[in-house]
Amino acid sequence: MARALINVPASAKRGEVMEIKTLISHPMEPGYRTNSTGEILPRDTINLFVCTYNGEEIFRAELSPAIAANPFIAFSTVATASGKLEFKWTGDNGFSATESVAITVE
Amino acid sequence: MTVPTRRQILISAVALIGGTGMSSLLAIKPTSATPAMMRAAIRKVVGEAPLRKGKVRLDLPPLIENGNTVPMTVSVDSPMTEADHVKAIHVFNEKNPQPNVLSVRLGPRAGKAAISSRIRLADSQTVTAIAEMSDGSFWSDEADVVVTLAACVEGI
Amino acid sequence: MSLWPRSFVLSCGVPLFGAVVSVSLAIGGEIPLSERMSGYDFMSRGTQAMQDDDSANPAMLSVLDGEALWNAADGATSKSCADCHGDARLSMKGVAARYPAIDRAGSRPVDIATRVNICRAEQQKANPLPLEGKKLLAISSYIGLQSRGMPIGVAIDEGTRPFLQSGREMFFQRQGQLNLSCAQCHDDNWGQKLSGAPIPQGHPTGYPLYRLEWQSLGSIQRRLRNCLIGMRAEPYPYGAQEYVVLELYLMWRARGMKMESPAVRP
Repeated sequence: MARALINVPASAKRGEVMEIKTLISHPMEPGYRTNSTGEILPRDTINLFVCTYNGEEIFRAELSPAIAANPFIAFSTVATASGKLEFKWTGDNGFSATESVAITVE
Repeated sequence: MTVPTRRQILISAVALIGGTGMSSLLAIKPTSATPAMMRAAIRKVVGEAPLRKGKVRLDLPPLIENGNTVPMTVSVDSPMTEADHVKAIHVFNEKNPQPNVLSVRLGPRAGKAAISSRIRLADSQTVTAIAEMSDGSFWSDEADVVVTLAACVEGI
Repeated sequence: MSLWPRSFVLSCGVPLFGAVVSVSLAIGGEIPLSERMSGYDFMSRGTQAMQDDDSANPAMLSVLDGEALWNAADGATSKSCADCHGDARLSMKGVAARYPAIDRAGSRPVDIATRVNICRAEQQKANPLPLEGKKLLAISSYIGLQSRGMPIGVAIDEGTRPFLQSGREMFFQRQGQLNLSCAQCHDDNWGQKLSGAPIPQGHPTGYPLYRLEWQSLGSIQRRLRNCLIGMRAEPYPYGAQEYVVLELYLMWRARGMKMESPAVRP
């Protein structure tokens, strides 16, 4: 169960720049750590994060193993119309998580 | 579960030098990128275009109390209009196992060119942030950071 | 209230704030109440900012899980915590700030995690959750949040006093290959550097917390195990009474300080 925490203003004025903060639980195992017997712990990371606004892509991030566990990504977008912000994270071992948040634009 | 920290590698190296005489084991080396690898990774993104200093601000704490989770903000001075905006921001490091940190695609819909995240830094090093502009130019900023280790951890 | 400095009043064993705190020895080096500082104050501003922002604090992910578990039916009775305790924001308010506490039916102090498992066994007829496991930590963090901002205050009476004394003895006991006591770092040398990191005073103001070193949420027992390993002492297993008794002393030592759960620490 990948838990995500999204922070988006509930409403904004048209043309206003909205701050979006996202946090998702994920170990981001880099693939370089070893266990006590010296075996490499296999890589298990989120590689891609995409945000769409009413279906149109507004932000894309390629994450490397250098992103800390429980990835936090904050960015911004201009409030254009009311509707839905969708967030999608994908990664190793078929990892996929989506969240969506409704926004009201006056 | 052992994390091969710099401290551990130094301890094991000293123990070996201390006199087991097993020189083959001295080949314990942490995998890490090098400044050259970072430059190569930057070249892949920038190509032959000149990399100018300015417009970009890379915010990292100069003294990092734990390299596992370092708050980072990159902001770029740009009007973010259709005609003049930041297309992408790329962050690189020189001492982690590999040089890439984060690459984000922006555009005029961003409103402002500023992103924040939390990154891992394996050692004290220089981190570089590059902004790719809509006119094809590349701008950059660097930050030198000192990474300290936590005391009293789980592994010995 | 007398005009004498608080530390003088404490070492005389004079009743303080209406609670009888009998301090048998004025042990040198104990931090005066007015000089106590949370681990928060020793952190860099970046890490403080991480704790201050609920939408950026990684511990809040566990709190969300905890809230879901609080409302989920479990056990042979198919009851959730909410079925008996209702809204945790009301029923759990201030609870974590007064733990460890003696369970009504028992005679020894228990911590929040143990109390949850007692409830699961008795009320939900459910199996105990594994100690230091994700679920138990999540519920503990959700309960901990309901004490945020409230002053720490564990009950010290005939029932708890012997355990408080044990905990205090542990704190001052030298142990491990390095032959160190907790007091030597956290009473005598707080603020100095150890391996480049500032030594905090060791007040459990924010448990369970997200330790950057762990990259996950953990309990005070996990942190105490790290301390013991740091002193090259054999750590007790999770759930050991030694940890609960030490936690009782640490919470008493931190009395009046504000809870910060779920905190972030380096």
